[in-house]
Amino acid sequence: MISYLVRRLILAVFTVIAISMLSFAIIQLPPGDYVDAYIAQMSATGSAVSAQEAENLRIQYGLDQPIYVQYLKWMSLAVRGNFGMAMEWGRPVTEVIGDRLAMTMVVSIFAVLLTWVIALPIGIYSAMRQYSVGDYVFTFIGFIGLAVPGFLLALLILYFGFTLFDANIGGLFSAEYLDAPWSWGKVKDLLNHMPIPAIILGLAGTGQAMRIMRANLLDEIRKPYVVTARAKGLSETKAILKYPVRVALNPFASTVGYTLPYVVSGSIIVSLVLSLPTVGPLLLKALIAQDMFLAGTIVLLLGVMTVIGTFLSDLVLMWIDPRIRLQGR
Amino acid sequence: MAQLVPAPQADNDAALGAIAAVGTTIAEERVSVASQWQLMWWRFRKHKLAMVSAGVVILFYLAVVFADFLAYSDPETSEAQRGLIAPQPIHFVDEEGNFYPHVWGLSGKRDPLTFKRVYAPDPNTKVPVTFFGQGFEYKLFGFIPTNRHLLSVGDGAKAEESLFLLGTDIQGRDMWSRLMYATRISLTIGLVSVVVSLFLGVALGGLSGFYGGWIDTVVQRVIEILRSIPTIPLWMGLAAAVPQDWTVLQVYFAITIIISLIGWTELARVVRGRFLSLREEDFVMAAELSGCSRFRIIFVHMVPLFLSHIIAATTLALPFMVISETSLSFLGLGLRPPAISWGVLLQQAQNVQTVAISPWLLLPAIPVIIVILAFNFLGDGLRDAADPYN
Repeated sequence: MISYLVRRLILAVFTVIAISMLSFAIIQLPPGDYVDAYIAQMSATGSAVSAQEAENLRIQYGLDQPIYVQYLKWMSLAVRGNFGMAMEWGRPVTEVIGDRLAMTMVVSIFAVLLTWVIALPIGIYSAMRQYSVGDYVFTFIGFIGLAVPGFLLALLILYFGFTLFDANIGGLFSAEYLDAPWSWGKVKDLLNHMPIPAIILGLAGTGQAMRIMRANLLDEIRKPYVVTARAKGLSETKAILKYPVRVALNPFASTVGYTLPYVVSGSIIVSLVLSLPTVGPLLLKALIAQDMFLAGTIVLLLGVMTVIGTFLSDLVLMWIDPRIRLQGR
Repeated sequence: MAQLVPAPQADNDAALGAIAAVGTTIAEERVSVASQWQLMWWRFRKHKLAMVSAGVVILFYLAVVFADFLAYSDPETSEAQRGLIAPQPIHFVDEEGNFYPHVWGLSGKRDPLTFKRVYAPDPNTKVPVTFFGQGFEYKLFGFIPTNRHLLSVGDGAKAEESLFLLGTDIQGRDMWSRLMYATRISLTIGLVSVVVSLFLGVALGGLSGFYGGWIDTVVQRVIEILRSIPTIPLWMGLAAAVPQDWTVLQVYFAITIIISLIGWTELARVVRGRFLSLREEDFVMAAELSGCSRFRIIFVHMVPLFLSHIIAATTLALPFMVISETSLSFLGLGLRPPAISWGVLLQQAQNVQTVAISPWLLLPAIPVIIVILAFNFLGDGLRDAADPYN
């Protein structure tokens, strides 16, 4: 068990390093750097930047040094929680991202929870009543969820909300709470705004989770031990819920690590449509402005959260599946 | 993933049994001598939804080939004055009940408040619509110069004499014609990306599964790392790196590569799994013992066995590619105008206020959804059929 954990942990660390390099490399790919973008922006508004000033800016941000030095510098600061300055904002990256990253996580976790709350019971139902009308209906809805990209769904909901109910659905807070400090009222307001983004983000995952659950349970139900359980007179609920469902849940736990990045990833683009205060709009703006510290940090932190998610899902898997727990001994 | 509508095996067996009472030997013999592909086709045919989806996919790819024929006006012709005109339905019969396909002409008025020229359909002017008439010049299949189109109307020079089946966009370009060209770009970009992913997936997955050992470990770790990165931020980063001054074609290929860089992992997983399970089979051992080369074992003995699985996995990967391109272009990071793709068209629908006034801007969402559904159903049917002995 310990060796299993250690192996997972080592892999997680390697993944984080790879992600950090990838995210830094990505940010380095565009020709030109932040100063070029800054100059272009300044000249577009009419004020010129002298060559001397540009040089000073480059030195100030360490852009004159080789890439690996910039990377090492960035990383050594990053492990201490200092991600540099968001150049466009003139504030530390952590300050700019802070709340928005938290919001991204809150929205994503809500979406994942919603996915399970909806998908697992439906998956179990579909497996127990295979080929029934309900099974077909749910399967079809699941397919629609898989097929309609989140941002399209967001657009459609926004459109119908606007035309039919004359309501602007976007955002996570009402106007009066937008800049207000945290309070009970604000939390309630947030929860009121949560269902729509959570449903939009969760629908694709729900479709998939439903189908996985159904397939796993179908495989499991046909096994002899279930027949035995029934033959011994266990109630149908007990015969299904107590054993096969638990086994069918395993592959699920192992996919949690992939569900989270999937949802987080989707939240980026859906946030743009629904104007949610997550890191999504921030990332797009940072990429366009080539604000490398900001964009790099966002990609890095999203990646790191994913790795943590995967690791946690491994722990959960170990907890519910004794076969894995005992394997490493 | 579960099979959607699995072949009702039990019913089928029952049916076979009923027939068997009369012609046991004939039916059984047919099955037992049928080739692998024949069996797959029989299995696939039973998946009704997949059959329908196959038809839909074929229709869409026909639209890809004949995009210029189906369009009736140059997708780039724009006239700001004719922006955001509502879709015009074709009326096939006139008041006397004669067959006379026409659209109502548009009469331009100046809005007394905004001084903008607004167009409204005018039932009194009838603009005839001709089938297989002449329109703008293009090259069919890229080399036959022609100007025939499915529909044509007037010369399109006057606003009164034009057809906008799906309305116009903000710049006054015809949505229907643009949608045809967008279909061409979006569906070919999916196809090209899937081919690149397939190549990467088969090569790396094959290596990984056949040789195992440290190669396997490395490839598996790379896949794991790629999959644990939220893809959209990764794409956004890569796509933002595409230089602004690249040509449409260059951007097209850059986006293709970016999309396939992520897409190959799933295909590699499938190929590896197949290799792992087949490697232990007796016939591979037999081939090895009789001195076949590695190359021969892989391509003559193993690949034909899981070719069908690869085809199914590829079909299931295609919708993912289409969604990727559409999302990226929608964000403004993928294809950029003057390229026309579904995502580029949907970019105009980003603003709710605009969409509320001119909902037809959302129409490009419909083919996106239909194609993705069709590919999913088709892939599902293919996957069920891929293993006919099961």
